[in-house]
Amino acid sequence: MEGDIASMGQFIGAGIAGLGAGIAALGVGNVAANFLSGALRNPSAAAGQTATLFIGIAFAEALGIFSFLIALLLMFAA
Amino acid sequence: MAQDGAEMAAGTAEGYASHDGVEHSGFNIHPMDQFVVQPFFSDGPVGMFTVTNATVWMALAVLCTVLLLVVTTRGRNVVPTRAQSMAELSYGFVYKMVHDVTGRDGIKYFPYVMTLFMFIVMANLLALIPTSFAPTSHIAVTAVLALLVFFGVTILGFVKHGMGFLGLFWVSEAPLILRPVLALIELISYFVRPVSHSIRLAGNIMAGHAVLKVFAGFAGALGLFAFVPVLAITAIYALEVLVAFIQAYVFVMLTCVYLKDALHPSH
Repeated sequence: MEGDIASMGQFIGAGIAGLGAGIAALGVGNVAANFLSGALRNPSAAAGQTATLFIGIAFAEALGIFSFLIALLLMFAA
Repeated sequence: MAQDGAEMAAGTAEGYASHDGVEHSGFNIHPMDQFVVQPFFSDGPVGMFTVTNATVWMALAVLCTVLLLVVTTRGRNVVPTRAQSMAELSYGFVYKMVHDVTGRDGIKYFPYVMTLFMFIVMANLLALIPTSFAPTSHIAVTAVLALLVFFGVTILGFVKHGMGFLGLFWVSEAPLILRPVLALIELISYFVRPVSHSIRLAGNIMAGHAVLKVFAGFAGALGLFAFVPVLAITAIYALEVLVAFIQAYVFVMLTCVYLKDALHPSH
């Protein structure tokens, strides 16, 4: 193995930042699960709320994308 | 802006290739190589100002939009042909979204929203053709789209409401003590909007395409068992078709939400 301790820290940091993307998946799943449980209780109201569902998913996902971006910056730009 | 992104992409690819000195067996593809912007006809610093693969695929996206929306509807058939009904469906889809989210006074801005949607969805779908290039995977491209929306919406808000637009940051339902704190949070979240707006699209498209290439690399390394990652690529590709559409939808939907905030800023 070669390399220095700085790039080791860089790669470990990128890995830890990548965890955030997985945690954001929990948030997206939470939004979808709650939408589904609400939609099964009142199916007639579900169709009108899909736009809200996608906005909620987009906001939950944005933070995961941010952490993915941090990981990419650490891997390629640092 | 596009040149900065191009240099950044080229720089990262070269930077990675230089410290990636380890010899791999089989065929060896780096997942980020597909995002390098390359000029077709010339090289050197001038080359980035000529026709590159990014400009070609963006131009093709515009061309496909024109083909779908102008050429197919030229017949104006009462019973639409298949292509014409695709054009009508996409028009009606975006029109209904603008009407539902921004209300009737937002319809005035429908042409811009429709343009954004068709460009992004066409660029995303064309990027799914193997060996093509994904212009929307570059933050340089999506940042321009998002900043145009951000500045357009901010200027529109001030033109329509004057200083009343600042009521967007003053949550009148909250207790008086909390309002300055909330105003600060609202202000920060307002200025983070173009960042999240652009990075969401670029990040999703880039991550999806990189994943496809990573699995393609597995297929090269596995030899006889290459069919396993090929099946996985097929499944991920189907997901990417979905993502290409959903991300265009989300981008345009958020544009409509920002537009609604500018037209009706009272909290």
